[in-house]
Amino acid sequence: MRKVDRWVGAGLALLALAVLWSARAFPDVPGQKLGAAFLPMIVGVGLLLCGIALAVRSLKRGAYAETEGEAPPEVEEHFGSAVVIVGAVLAYILLSERIGFLLIAPPCLAVVFLALRVRWRTAVLAALGGTLLVHLAFYKLLRVPLPWGPLTPFY
Amino acid sequence: MDAVTTAFGLVFQPYVLLVILLSAFYGLFVGAIPGLTATMATALLVPVTFFMPPVPAVAAIVTATAMAIFSGDIPAALLRMPGTPASAAYADEAYLMTRRGQAETALGAGLVFSVLGGIFGVLVLIAAAPALAEVALNFSSFEYFWLVMLGFSCAIFIAGRDPLKGIVSLLIGLLISVVGLENPAGAPRYTFGNAEMMGGIPLIPLMIGMFAVSEILRYAAVVAKPVMATERPFGNVFTGMWGLIRKYPMQLFRGSALGTAVGALPGAGADIAAWMAYATSKRFSKEPRKFGTGHVEGIVESGAANNSALGGAWIPALVFGIPGDSITAIAIGVLYLKGMNPGPTLFVNNPQNIYAVFIVFMLAQLLMLPLGWMAIKAAKRILRIPANLLMPLILLFCVVGSFAINNTLFGVSVMLIAGIVGFCMERWGFPVAPTILGVVLGTMLEEHFFSSLVKADGNFLVFFERPIAGTLGVLCLLIWLWPLARRLRTGPAR
Repeated sequence: MRKVDRWVGAGLALLALAVLWSARAFPDVPGQKLGAAFLPMIVGVGLLLCGIALAVRSLKRGAYAETEGEAPPEVEEHFGSAVVIVGAVLAYILLSERIGFLLIAPPCLAVVFLALRVRWRTAVLAALGGTLLVHLAFYKLLRVPLPWGPLTPFY
Repeated sequence: MDAVTTAFGLVFQPYVLLVILLSAFYGLFVGAIPGLTATMATALLVPVTFFMPPVPAVAAIVTATAMAIFSGDIPAALLRMPGTPASAAYADEAYLMTRRGQAETALGAGLVFSVLGGIFGVLVLIAAAPALAEVALNFSSFEYFWLVMLGFSCAIFIAGRDPLKGIVSLLIGLLISVVGLENPAGAPRYTFGNAEMMGGIPLIPLMIGMFAVSEILRYAAVVAKPVMATERPFGNVFTGMWGLIRKYPMQLFRGSALGTAVGALPGAGADIAAWMAYATSKRFSKEPRKFGTGHVEGIVESGAANNSALGGAWIPALVFGIPGDSITAIAIGVLYLKGMNPGPTLFVNNPQNIYAVFIVFMLAQLLMLPLGWMAIKAAKRILRIPANLLMPLILLFCVVGSFAINNTLFGVSVMLIAGIVGFCMERWGFPVAPTILGVVLGTMLEEHFFSSLVKADGNFLVFFERPIAGTLGVLCLLIWLWPLARRLRTGPAR
């Protein structure tokens, strides 16, 4: 099996312990022996067992499959682009209330276009056009209250 | 009968018909672009349907998914890249046919048998759902508990390759469903003092993240360079279709029936139906050697199966509120938003809405023939649209759509985290479908499990006492014990 499984398994087991630890404090339904802790407890125990099983399985098979290594990559991989995308959405979450949709969306979009290897001019134009399109569709047509930020006087 | 007339009135309105037509084009487009899946099409539609009345909202989803499942065949045949996972089973076959100069037959068979399979699925839905609803009216918490367990079991043991990872996925879904105030004791769980977490993790942003944002991340991380199989213009795709129907009636029927059944199983949808139908087709074929060399028989059977699965998936969704696949999981979220809470009482209280859904389903299948033909004609132009121009726009759409559900950035944060989790799960071999099932059914499971336990008062045999509950319970136990029994029979694995 895959090597990553042992780390995922260990992570899941830790998560399970946190779930079990916190579930102790959940109250019971008055007059019953069970309550809010019931399902979290089941999930916690299940995750703990599965996490351990996953790690053990990976370690056991790893002992003699070590030389084979990971599956060969069939295609190029660019994790950088994915990280840029996550960063752009994070920037949107942190800044959109303060500086408004119309100002935050174009730079975020442009950065994502560039990360996906679109040329500079196309990226800038598409970012502006895309922002305008989404603004018209969601703000004008569907009346979603997208934030205006410092542009509020022009609203 | 009144309800049927009302239903026709609800559907045949200019607004609803326009919504159906637009979502048909949208579904065909999204399905035809590799990397944009049918489930993603549905998730992206939700923020828009949010602003519609119930019938057009459901109509948009039904039409778009049916079209997307068909048009996934187009890039499969031309680029060897299935447009949606449901076309993956026969992508190689269709591509080889195109290379051999039979693009018309490959695409035509995909279209015609999609429509026929789809109609079969809808007919079963129309016949089975109201009858099942009548039975379901008498269900108690025991039956619902076992139904939910059956759904989980199918998603893990039948649909998945690695049961252990399937169970982990399901548990993560259940853990997400636990967040919030909605539990027997009404206590805040894992809310971290955040007021927005009290209401639980919002379903729609979660789905947009898991099915759309994760795909965008995957597109960014992995670069594939497809090659167009043919450059010549297409002839008539309907040539020879009648001959195929007469040659392969059994394959058509078997594929449709299998597809509907697999679709109706919770957690298994069109993609698994297509793989199973392709395998069945090869197994029972008179010419199994031709499979894998550009042979149309497998396309007939699995093309019918993946579209019939759509109708099948709506049976448990409408009757029990248990999704048959990821698409209906999203659709159930929309039904709740629209006050059309799925369940047997929906058939009693709001039959006109149910009939309207049936009519839309049929309409979508019939529309698929002309629109699908147009999509094939325009295929090469659609496939030349650079995906790196589309993906960022879809991302912005996801962001604003997740914001629009409650008009808070909390939805966007949920979307981003779900997108990263979905991306990692796929990379590490964890199936996403059980997670979604866990999220959608977690509250239902807890409620019914809890009240069943209270009723049982320590005696677990009560879970098997009622006839239907007992049957469902035994069925679950069989599914759980099956892998064990198989291992005992064949000796220790590997």
